[in-house]
Amino acid sequence: MAGFVAFVILIMYVTGELSGYGTSFIWIGVFISLASCIGSYYFGDQIVIAMSGARKADRKKEFDFFTVSENIAIAAGIPKPALYVIDDTAMNAFATGRDPEHAVVCATSGILERLDRRELEAVVAHEISHIKYYDIRLMVVVAVLAGTIAFVSDMFMRSLWFGGNRRNRDRDDNSGIFLIIGIVLMIASPFIATIIQLAISRNREFLADAGSAELTRNPDALVRALQKISKDTEVLEAATNATAHLFIANPFKGKSSHAWFASLFDTHPPIDERIRALKAM
Amino acid sequence: MMFGYIFLGLLLLLGLYLWSLYNGLITKKLHIDESWSQIDVQLKRRSDLIPNLVETVKGYAKHEKTVFADVSKARTQLMGAGNPMEKAKANDALSGALSRLMAIAENYPKLEASTGFVQLQKELSDTEDKVAYARQYYNATVMEFNVAISVFPGSVFASNLGFTKKEFFEAEPSERKSVKVDFS
Repeated sequence: MAGFVAFVILIMYVTGELSGYGTSFIWIGVFISLASCIGSYYFGDQIVIAMSGARKADRKKEFDFFTVSENIAIAAGIPKPALYVIDDTAMNAFATGRDPEHAVVCATSGILERLDRRELEAVVAHEISHIKYYDIRLMVVVAVLAGTIAFVSDMFMRSLWFGGNRRNRDRDDNSGIFLIIGIVLMIASPFIATIIQLAISRNREFLADAGSAELTRNPDALVRALQKISKDTEVLEAATNATAHLFIANPFKGKSSHAWFASLFDTHPPIDERIRALKAM
Repeated sequence: MMFGYIFLGLLLLLGLYLWSLYNGLITKKLHIDESWSQIDVQLKRRSDLIPNLVETVKGYAKHEKTVFADVSKARTQLMGAGNPMEKAKANDALSGALSRLMAIAENYPKLEASTGFVQLQKELSDTEDKVAYARQYYNATVMEFNVAISVFPGSVFASNLGFTKKEFFEAEPSERKSVKVDFS
């Protein structure tokens, strides 16, 4: 996380130096990407719920889902989150909301049917750990930073065409090398930002798995749940790229390759790696 | 003159430290009270479910009078218990009586199949989960508080400020017997 912030500052510094505008327009970038993210921060829960076509969970019909969520909320010392169900036979679940008071846990009817009470409890505990440790807030902040970088590098590339670096022209010849490094950095930076963003997302998945084990004192149940989920090959239609990192397992079921380059672009660590970490507890 | 200022500064620092220590401990204590009330709510919920359960079982198995008496005695004890340790003990006793009741229920297939009984069983086992989780959370808050008043330098002042260690929610270690399963 700290590395990410440092990276953003580096990009800003280089841009400011090269363009000759100083840092003033960077604030425009921050502002724009902040504005788009504040929207998703405050209304994200409603937007996601509306997008995925979820309905409110019912205590009678979804007794286990409802009651294990109450129980895990007690164990975590947070209010019970709002509970939603997506009528979809794919197995998945996600959490959203900016803080524990506005949290939402949503599960597909497929996962509710095929997991037993303890397994469901472990999955809900994973989601509630995301809520308890403010992962949703963290991912929003990370998304703001990544968005800022994308915007800044875009602005910079444009400003080059219009001869923006007037001030540097009068300086010594070193600025030529600096400029080339700058251009390379600018082209690469959105990719690097995305890769860091995804690395943070994967890291938080491991933390939420550990949090689930801490809450339920039962890592085996989560192992069983993950095994069942990984055997399920169905793709969740309600998921989009924007919401993929929220789910308990990658909703697209892409072949999780172990080649390091491809795995840089996954929102979730491979399930067998997660199971190995849980079994070591 | 110089020393006077240094002394004053140190006194101020000590005052600030005591202030933050006191507030921190009070906050932790309030957390304990709050998590204790959660246990209370769940224990109450548990004892509220029992008359219903007993009535349902009675409908099918009138003759098992001793078990009914045991269960209601344990329930009354739980409702009368005061401090955490007493409650934990009464709760364990109630669990024992309830498991005997459930064992009896197995002898009556009609009872086991009735929807009312199935629903009550589900509610009861859910409430047991809730008690377990509330207890886990309570014990964690007690642990945090006890550690805070036991480690240096807080330990020097905590007892003077009127803070004493809190009890965990569990029966006394000596009271805990290993479960004997009798297959005869």
